[in-house]
Amino acid sequence: MSEITIEGVRHLYKPARGKPVLALDDVSLEIAPREFIALLGPSGCGKSTLLYMIGGFLPVETGSIRVNGKKVEGPGPERGIVFQHFALFPWKTVKQNVLYGLERQALQRGEREARAQTFIDMVGLSGFEDAYPSQLSGGMKQRAAIARTLAIDPRILLMDEPFGALDAQTRHLMQDELLGIWRRSPKTVIFVTHDVQEAVYLAGRVAVMSARPGKIMDIVDIGLDKSDPDLQRSKAFADKVDQLWRLVRDEAIKAQQGRRPL
Amino acid sequence: MNRALRCLPLLILALAWEFISRTGLVSGSALPSLVKIGEAWWGLARDGDLWTHGAASAWRVGAGLFCAIVIGAALGIGMAWWRPADMVLGPFVEIFYPLPKSALIPVTALWLGFGDGSKILLIALGCMLPVTIGAYNGARSSDRTLVWSARSMGAGRLRVLRDVVAPSALPELLSGIRTALAISFVLLIASELIVARSGFGYLIGFLGANGTYEPMFAVVLTVAFLGFVADRLYQAFTRRVFAWRE
Ligand SMILES: Nc1ncnc2c1ncn2[C@@H]1O[C@H](COP(=O)(O)OP(=O)(O)OP(=O)(O)O)[C@@H](O)[C@H]1O
Ligand SMILES: [Mg+2]
Repeated sequence: MSEITIEGVRHLYKPARGKPVLALDDVSLEIAPREFIALLGPSGCGKSTLLYMIGGFLPVETGSIRVNGKKVEGPGPERGIVFQHFALFPWKTVKQNVLYGLERQALQRGEREARAQTFIDMVGLSGFEDAYPSQLSGGMKQRAAIARTLAIDPRILLMDEPFGALDAQTRHLMQDELLGIWRRSPKTVIFVTHDVQEAVYLAGRVAVMSARPGKIMDIVDIGLDKSDPDLQRSKAFADKVDQLWRLVRDEAIKAQQGRRPL
Repeated sequence: MNRALRCLPLLILALAWEFISRTGLVSGSALPSLVKIGEAWWGLARDGDLWTHGAASAWRVGAGLFCAIVIGAALGIGMAWWRPADMVLGPFVEIFYPLPKSALIPVTALWLGFGDGSKILLIALGCMLPVTIGAYNGARSSDRTLVWSARSMGAGRLRVLRDVVAPSALPELLSGIRTALAISFVLLIASELIVARSGFGYLIGFLGANGTYEPMFAVVLTVAFLGFVADRLYQAFTRRVFAWRE
């Protein structure tokens, strides 16, 4: 049985001014419990929009989204999200941000503090507990946002390009950290990315989306042994990356042409 | 050094004032010498007039501003957060915002007489809308992903209001309050000049009507100074509140 069932979802943005934008058109996707799935697609194809709908932030007007058989009707703490633009509370320090979600859980004060500290340390922000987001670099903000979401231990993790602002090294460390967490605790991860290598490295399946209006064009099974330390240098890895590249490139070209006037 | 430099224009102005007044370019009653004004100020302070009238003014401005800020902020955030409130109250805010607030002076005097009540009501009414509009715009501009973020971490609607909407509204709310502060001084002095038996405005009018211009200038300069200090203190306060903004 699938944990998340998305059926025929469409989303039309109706801005107060300007023309309505069809962001998603007839998206269907089944995601199994404990699955790690990546969403890959050109900029503006509706990846964030789809994540917002699963998160329960945008209403599902056409089609349906079910989580464990229940229709999504609003946000819930079992679906944690890391936003593309971090969405840290600017008036709270790193520590206060991470504590925010924990304060709404039945935990002792000491437990909360310890848990917050664990995740701050994990993302490498020790020493910046009392810094405000405005005092952090883009990558540091991103890591603080990841710590905040991981700390509340949601069963479903929605991650919107969570490593986009990180340098290559930090990115690698965070990828392995995320894989470790995913292996240790039962979690379903929906991971949005632009980066083909990252998708192949992390995910069990990769859903490739078309240019706007976003549809699921293809679902590619990765089927690689993720515990292999030399995975990224293997031929099988390179082949998968290649296969996905082709799919994505065609869509990126379409997205570009769509943007050109006439 | 920097500070001394910033005081320089004031010093030059004071010297020019003194020079003009002493050489008699302008009649002594139109521009009394600063030294004489200082002496008059001392006289007023010693007699206690300055303090009793000052206390009356301070109470009016304080109570009026307090009401304006509390009601104005609640109204603005409430309107941004709850659509029906916006629909019902929005038109009133739009109609009354551009109204010259001094037009209310006779109205509030008619309702509440010559005492403190009419001044407090006038300042409360006159200063409320800039606060309301600041709070409203600030609350409306709160980033939707911040709201979603709080909701996904288990915050209910009221909690989102307190934890996200209110702090997002704060910067614009505080600048609305600064406007209100300036308006409150204008309304205070104007209403006291016209309909009052105490307060700085009354004192200015009374001294002027009696032809005692030196003490009159002393009170005018005192009010100007207090307005400046209030604004400066307020700015220092907002800087502390916004330690997170850098
Ligand atoms: N609030 C909005 N109002 C109107 N249109 C919007 C809004 N948000 C997004 N869109 C439109 O919907 C489309 C999908 O946006 P979305 O943010 O989901 O794309 P994305 O795939 O996440 O892109 P990126 O990879 O650049 O983050 C875009 O083309 C955009 O123009
Ligand atoms: Mg996006």
